[in-house]
Amino acid sequence: MTVADRSPRVTIQSADFDLAAEVRALHALDHGVGAVASFVGTVRDRHAPDAAGGVSLMELEHYPGMTEIAIEAMIDAAHQRFDIRAARVIHRVGVLQPSEQIVLVAVASAHRGMAFQACEFLMDYLKTQAPFWKKETTPAGAQWVDARVADDAALARWGLTANNAAGTAP
Amino acid sequence: MTVHVRYFAALREALGAGETLDIAPGTTLAALRDALVARGGRHAEVLARTRAVRCALNQSMSDETAVVGEGAEVAFFPPVTGG
Repeated sequence: MTVADRSPRVTIQSADFDLAAEVRALHALDHGVGAVASFVGTVRDRHAPDAAGGVSLMELEHYPGMTEIAIEAMIDAAHQRFDIRAARVIHRVGVLQPSEQIVLVAVASAHRGMAFQACEFLMDYLKTQAPFWKKETTPAGAQWVDARVADDAALARWGLTANNAAGTAP
Repeated sequence: MTVHVRYFAALREALGAGETLDIAPGTTLAALRDALVARGGRHAEVLARTRAVRCALNQSMSDETAVVGEGAEVAFFPPVTGG
């Protein structure tokens, strides 16, 4: 039995998460793990690197039930594609402030290559296929964030087709 | 037959959290969307064919050719923006 069989793989929560604790849990009981790669997404206060700041709040909405099913399926796909030993995804919902953590993807494997790849694969998959929606509050008011064609392109690198952003502004 | 429709994000703000509908057997997601658009008003606006709207059938991303079964849960929402 691996860690993945015993621990939750997907958690949707409003509370913050502890990266170190999650990484530790991913490999503590499996001495075959030699690498853990993790990604943390945080709330930006601007749309683009050169844009002026101005986002004071970000609200995250999700589709309860479907979100968990979708991410569980992504982790199954990662296990099929990559030689990994465990994966963990935490995604926050509700109201967040700039610089707060939004999402964690962590992957454990025997060697680093598979962990790096599977971590990126899971993030690319999540960006275009998991039912979350961001709404930003700026001095001009609150606005839903547009999907990015670049995120569909990122998933295409893995041979998977996404049309999430099709028909929206680039 | 009865199906449950849910809306999320901007669609939820415009149309509410969802509704229960009575539809004919064999109805596709596309036909269901068209029927909602045909109501006019906010439905016509936010579900218009010119808008990017995604859908799920029984909590799985779906294209609109899928046929909606008895008791199904259908969801319409904007392109996703998590992560």
